[in-house]
Amino acid sequence: MLARSCLRSTRIVGAVRTVAVNTSKRAASTASAAEASPFRLNMAGGAATAVAIGSIGWYYHLYGSDLHAMTPVEEGLHPTAYPWVHTKWTKTFDHQALRRGFQVYQEVCSSCHSLSRIPYRSLVGVTHTVDEAKAMAEENEYDSEPNDEGEIEKRPGKLSDYLPSPYKNDEAARAANNGALPPDLSLIVKARHGGIDYIFNLLTGYPEEPPAGAVVMEGLNFNPYFPGTGIAMARVLYNELVEYDDETPATTSQMAKDVTEFLNWAAEPEMDQRKKMGLKVLAISSVLFALSVWVKRYKWSAIKTRKITYNPPQAGRHGRGSH
Amino acid sequence: MPAASPIYNFLVRRNYVFLGVIFAGAFGFEMAFDKGSDRIWDSLNKDRQWKDIRAKYVQDADGDDE
Repeated sequence: MLARSCLRSTRIVGAVRTVAVNTSKRAASTASAAEASPFRLNMAGGAATAVAIGSIGWYYHLYGSDLHAMTPVEEGLHPTAYPWVHTKWTKTFDHQALRRGFQVYQEVCSSCHSLSRIPYRSLVGVTHTVDEAKAMAEENEYDSEPNDEGEIEKRPGKLSDYLPSPYKNDEAARAANNGALPPDLSLIVKARHGGIDYIFNLLTGYPEEPPAGAVVMEGLNFNPYFPGTGIAMARVLYNELVEYDDETPATTSQMAKDVTEFLNWAAEPEMDQRKKMGLKVLAISSVLFALSVWVKRYKWSAIKTRKITYNPPQAGRHGRGSH
Repeated sequence: MPAASPIYNFLVRRNYVFLGVIFAGAFGFEMAFDKGSDRIWDSLNKDRQWKDIRAKYVQDADGDDE
């Protein structure tokens, strides 16, 4: 700031000096300013414009660009946006894909990731029938109510039980995974920037080997979409890893797409209701809006169409009450 | 409206009838509107919903799973 004001003051001094020189010159030669050649005036104007544009450009170069506290590596690669059908306003999830996605979760993801907010009952009518959901629940054991001696025994699962977690608690999960906590997947679609696109890109984005120059720490894997690029989870989805019961070819991208859509359902099971209600609200309120426009025009029509006439007094006739 | 129509006379002239007409109309409209929008939703989401694929997974014909 001090330097800048100093600059300005010298400039002012210089301007004053040139003005003084000019006036003295003019007084000496008695030549008027109007006789300055157009070429020199154009040159001066052009130079002033160039200086102005140049200083704006220099200022923008210094202060105009965004500041990023993180490097692109720390941000992670932005996920590619895919044309998901179920994100459209009028579309629900493909429930066949949800069923496949649940199969992928159970056979692959659930060995490390919990899905602790989803009970078996919420799968009924979405991906499985009652009998299937009951059978799946009964494969697990849960703590029962204390019996007469106060002992807690194990009982087979019921529909109201939540999906079992792979680890007893977060500390056990960290200890088993080299210090990295596999996050709970119930709300992961809502919890990550980029949502389903991010998850799909993450699952399918593992390169064969890290690019030259990338630093991958011991125990981590390289994934450009993960912020920091070092992710504890290795690539898990390979072609033909699971066998779908509807005979869809289980490619890596198919499994990633199915499980991503399933996780989207897990995070937003109310999506159908939300979209339906939103469309109904839009329908009703557009009718009401049209009605209100019509009522306004109806009420105002008398005012809008009235005519105000003015009869000027006729010239040449004096006195009052001329009409 | 110089000569009131018979419909007007029947539905609107007496207040308690008019109130009933409003309530019944709201009830009926909501039922019809919900049913119609569900039908539109189902046609837009043909073969995507659980009820479209449910038949593949139901073993015995007990109607209690929904």
